[in-house]
Amino acid sequence: MTTTTPAPGTGSSAVAPSGGAATPPAPADQVTFTIDDIEMSVPKGTLVIRAAEQIGIQIPRFCDHPLLEPAGACRQCLVEVATPDREGNVRPMPKPQASCTLEATPGMVVRTQRTSAVADKAQHGIMELLLINHPLDCPVCDKGGECPLQNQAMSNGRATSRFVDVKRTFPKPIAVSTTILLDRERCVLCQRCTRFSQEIAGDAFIDLQKRGAAQQIGRFDEAVLDFAPPAGEAPGDRPVGLALEDESGLPFASYFSGNTVQICPVGALTGAAYRFRSRPFDLVSTPSVAEHDSSGSAIRVDHRRGVVLRRLAGEDPLVNEEWITDRDRFAFTWQSAPDRLTHPLVRDREVAPDGTVTRGELRPASWAEALEVAADALTRARDAAGVGVLPGGRLTVEDAYAYAKLARTWLRTNDVDHRARAHSAEEADFLAHAVAGSGLGVTFSDLEKAPAVLLVGLEAEEEAGVTFLRLRKGALRHGVRVFSVAPYASRGLQRMHGTLLPAAPGTEGEWLDGIAAGDRVRTLDEASGPEDVLADVSDALRRPGAVILVGERLAATRGGYTALLRAAAATGARLAWVPRRAGERGGVEAGTLPNLLPGGRPVADPAARVDVATVWGVGAADDPHAGLPTTAGRDAGEMLDALSVGQLSGVLLGGLELDDLPDPAHARRALEAADVVVSLEVRRSAVTELADVVLPVAPPVEREGAFVSWEGRVRRFPAALASTAMPDHRVLDALADAAGVPLGLATVEAVRAELDQLLDAGAWDGERVPAPAVETAEPPAVAPGTAVLASWRLLLDDARGQDGERYLAGTAKRPVARLSAATAAAVDVFDGELVRVSTDRGAVTLPVVVTDMVDHVVWLPMRSPGSSVHATLGAVPGDVVRLEPGSTDGGEGA
Amino acid sequence: MSEQQTARPAPDPLTPVLSDTWDADRSWTLASYLDRGGYAGLRAALGQDPADVVATVKASGLRGRGGAGFPTGMKWGFLPAPDGGPRYLVVNADESEPGTCKDIPLMLASPQALVEGVAITSYAIGCHHAFIYVRGEVLHVYRRLLRAVEEAYEAGYLGTDVLGSGFDLDVTVHAGAGAYICGEETALLDSLEGRRGQPRLKPPFPAVAGLYARPTVVNNVESIASVPSIVARGADWFTSMGTERSAGFGLFSLSGHVTRPGQYEAPLGTTLRELLDLAGGMRGGKALKFWTPGGSSTPLFTDAHLDTPLDYESVAAAGSMLGTRALQLFDETTCVVRAVSRWTDFYAHESCGKCTPCREGTYWMKQVLARIEAGQGTEADLDLLLDTCDNILGRAFCALGDGATSPVTSSIELFRDEYEAHITEHRCPFDPAASALFDHTPRPARVLTAGVH
Repeated sequence: MTTTTPAPGTGSSAVAPSGGAATPPAPADQVTFTIDDIEMSVPKGTLVIRAAEQIGIQIPRFCDHPLLEPAGACRQCLVEVATPDREGNVRPMPKPQASCTLEATPGMVVRTQRTSAVADKAQHGIMELLLINHPLDCPVCDKGGECPLQNQAMSNGRATSRFVDVKRTFPKPIAVSTTILLDRERCVLCQRCTRFSQEIAGDAFIDLQKRGAAQQIGRFDEAVLDFAPPAGEAPGDRPVGLALEDESGLPFASYFSGNTVQICPVGALTGAAYRFRSRPFDLVSTPSVAEHDSSGSAIRVDHRRGVVLRRLAGEDPLVNEEWITDRDRFAFTWQSAPDRLTHPLVRDREVAPDGTVTRGELRPASWAEALEVAADALTRARDAAGVGVLPGGRLTVEDAYAYAKLARTWLRTNDVDHRARAHSAEEADFLAHAVAGSGLGVTFSDLEKAPAVLLVGLEAEEEAGVTFLRLRKGALRHGVRVFSVAPYASRGLQRMHGTLLPAAPGTEGEWLDGIAAGDRVRTLDEASGPEDVLADVSDALRRPGAVILVGERLAATRGGYTALLRAAAATGARLAWVPRRAGERGGVEAGTLPNLLPGGRPVADPAARVDVATVWGVGAADDPHAGLPTTAGRDAGEMLDALSVGQLSGVLLGGLELDDLPDPAHARRALEAADVVVSLEVRRSAVTELADVVLPVAPPVEREGAFVSWEGRVRRFPAALASTAMPDHRVLDALADAAGVPLGLATVEAVRAELDQLLDAGAWDGERVPAPAVETAEPPAVAPGTAVLASWRLLLDDARGQDGERYLAGTAKRPVARLSAATAAAVDVFDGELVRVSTDRGAVTLPVVVTDMVDHVVWLPMRSPGSSVHATLGAVPGDVVRLEPGSTDGGEGA
Repeated sequence: MSEQQTARPAPDPLTPVLSDTWDADRSWTLASYLDRGGYAGLRAALGQDPADVVATVKASGLRGRGGAGFPTGMKWGFLPAPDGGPRYLVVNADESEPGTCKDIPLMLASPQALVEGVAITSYAIGCHHAFIYVRGEVLHVYRRLLRAVEEAYEAGYLGTDVLGSGFDLDVTVHAGAGAYICGEETALLDSLEGRRGQPRLKPPFPAVAGLYARPTVVNNVESIASVPSIVARGADWFTSMGTERSAGFGLFSLSGHVTRPGQYEAPLGTTLRELLDLAGGMRGGKALKFWTPGGSSTPLFTDAHLDTPLDYESVAAAGSMLGTRALQLFDETTCVVRAVSRWTDFYAHESCGKCTPCREGTYWMKQVLARIEAGQGTEADLDLLLDTCDNILGRAFCALGDGATSPVTSSIELFRDEYEAHITEHRCPFDPAASALFDHTPRPARVLTAGVH
């Protein structure tokens, strides 16, 4: 299996030369110069401080950060420099130079504090000055023990201070948001945080103000900063909790603010959740991978005596660089929530003489009993109408593989589908055709250098956090042009300087067809002026290296994936599928889809089945059930339908959340109708109350495993905490043992040994599933008083993965409904008033934010407080919903 | 007060050029300026190739009058070849250095000289939009400049098709918001762009990426105002004044304990003794104790330097800098510790805060000097001051930090005994009232207490 561990420097995965002409870059001009009498050669443009690192010379620094533009503000990294003049005589520069802003030039002679008394004196001087206004409160500071200021004061500072005068003081701390606290006294004004928020995240929320010793990082102050919000800003992305206003006068809302805490070289910025909780030297750090999205961000889990206290961004230049989302950083308490399941539960059913079944209460049971009960019940159900498998989308690839294998062997079915969301058969065909078994495809690095990137059904900032950061970096540094097919230009798109291709949900195919045709005719909006956006995007995507990123939401658009593949083929753009959940891509690879076996092998292909059957050893000819089930199974929606009408008898669930499903009420009825429901879960959920057997499994922090990121990169992580909790694959192995059909997947090593034969190098090289060919549906008629529903999940919302993190919850965006001015006028609501969005099932009432967007469309957050689109409305994006002015006096769903 | 002095029929040492028109009736009007031959330089320039104008200024040896003395023509020559995009001229009129007071009277009395210089320079460097960044506190100068630009537009010296030459030029006068740092050219550009004024990282230099990241020339008011006369009368005329490497004339601003303070326009290379003679000597015949040759950021001189020629090379050789030729004169009644303490207060107040040495160093020195002045210093404080200066000088992001150390280091060097007297006597040996220019009751020196910044 191709593996990239989160540890830096081991990104040795066989990066397949994929797509465009991947000629190695010409060797850059090298510059030869000396540091501390050591001659070295670096590419032209290398900063002296970076070059010194390469030969192990550490120059102290604060403002310098390799991923931020040089500032030269702190002056801590001063070195003595001499350069050759025109005659070649090496002449010393009159002043020490800041090595963080100085590019190496040929023949330059650099002397650091190691060999130059001048540099050493300069550094000591700066350090003393930095400390005169610093409170020196290390004993109570979160940063104490891992503080660059503390460490470098020891290594490059005076032993004692000569400062006997009055220190500058500030009230402390300022709560910049519910998660970020600012202690200005400790600040050394290095500007890392402000540069991060301006250069990387693009949501500047704090800035320098005042001057001299009174200079401070500060919140928005209209007397000092630019007050007017930028023109064209999509209004209304306000956080739930109290937040200070950002530099544009809007309440600060950032998904990436936690990174400023991590890069702060002192204890000025601290996280509310970790503040005063621990000392760094008491923590044990384990590298890991974030479980909240499909980007595979490297993280570091810091724990003490079996309790996770914080998570930090790991360094992985190939993936997340050094940044992670606030969700990846702060949302970890769900793994140790009070509703964690610690032992198996069994529910007894009593069958009365008249045949009526009464469900008893769940009761604790031993593993032996629970496994036996579950195995017997599932075997009976299999032999009755059959068992469906719904493993959810959050599993590791090892777990997904165990579900896939167990379904095909013991349960003898292809009724397995991890897609707990709006999905379609077209999507399954698309995944089998274009995604499964394709290995490492488009990478983050490719995005950064692509000439153009088209986003379809994907709101990068909300649904794939660090992917957004990389796209933004590409847009700002390398001129990547970002296009997005969406109903409105989100703040995220604006911060990527992206171009909106406006489309109501369900009509994305029109843009894709236009792009495929390479239309140069003005098609959509004659009045929009001389620029023809369609011709523009069509041309841009035809440039070598262009990329199309498609999100899972396109599944809700009939014919969407068909049109997408046509557009990709016509333009030559490379395609990558970016699902939301960490386990989706792994599921596709492991074969938890009704039409796919592991390694992208089509269920329908006999040769593919033989491949898998051989590895699994299920080819015995005398067995009536020899080999693997041959027909494609039901997808998740069909399984629930079948359960509710008795065409399936039982169901095996893996961490399924009912509210993730397009129709949670229907799913609930289906599970109620099932003869047996066996659920593997970390925590109690709505499913627990419907299950006959509940088997507890380990959360990521307590087990080892691997996610497959949307890139196709395998992201292994070790167990951070010692635990007796078992991962899904081990529980499934025990369950199959109890049923007498051994799976052989008790250990991660065993699973990986099989995966190695079936995935990556062992992936399917035969004929792939043909591309889906589904006709685009006509857009629904929108009668007066109705609109087409647009919706997606926000990064921070009602997800159970954020449970228990109240500080983080305060930075979630406040739920609003978005309407265009015309749509709002048609239903007679004004900006800020309430609108009631309803279906026959129920209603959601939210304040309206009039947005520059497609008419006859209403956008709602999919699962935020007060806006549960699936659960309340029973609707999916693209459905027609009713609009009317809302009132505050309740009456929801009446 | 100064205008009368400078406008008198010139005795030999004076060379009134810029100040030549200051005695005219309503000298600031365009009509008055034209009466004295104004805009001859612009007409001459428009008849030449722009490159020839640049060549003339180069040949004149005009050096920047804003303090650093960089050759003006050479600066213009650093602009990259035109690429079709805009290039800008920005006039630095943010005169804020303690003691420096030449640009403000110039703009007040003869704003058209600056406007004409802007037009000629813009023509020479291919700029079609020039900016004059005026110190915001001098509202009267701002208004007068606005009116001067308005008059020039009306008369066709600015705007489209200047004097029928086909050359277009717009001039924007912009008022700063009161920050010394905005006199630093890159901080000025940031401020002009609407940002917080803090110096930029160099390179890129303004000539390559200045205002709005376009090639930009930033020149001092006096430099630009000197251009019309050079173009009208020729480089040779200009080099006939001054010294070989410090050609031409300049405004010398005498202030402090002098009988007739004011602007004295003289060739570079004149001496304080000559200037003092013109200014009627020290106030009340008292002895000169120390003086700054070019504003508070230049190391102090004493009466030993009365005959030092005031040109760039000679002043540098004597251990100071010609700077802005702001000669602040202090007589024997002055407490040097008090004077330096006030200057340091200024630097601490005006430090932009970007870099550590300037921000923290001036904050610290301000407190130490206040202690010493109040008689609460220790012997170790002097070494501390010198060492702190050493930790600031050459370590700061821009020249402001360096400037803040000059008065401290040079005063301790020259008057260490006076500092020690404060320490050993636990009080200031001087009577502050004696050095005042008028009767007043000085406030006692204030020592910082907690919570006060």
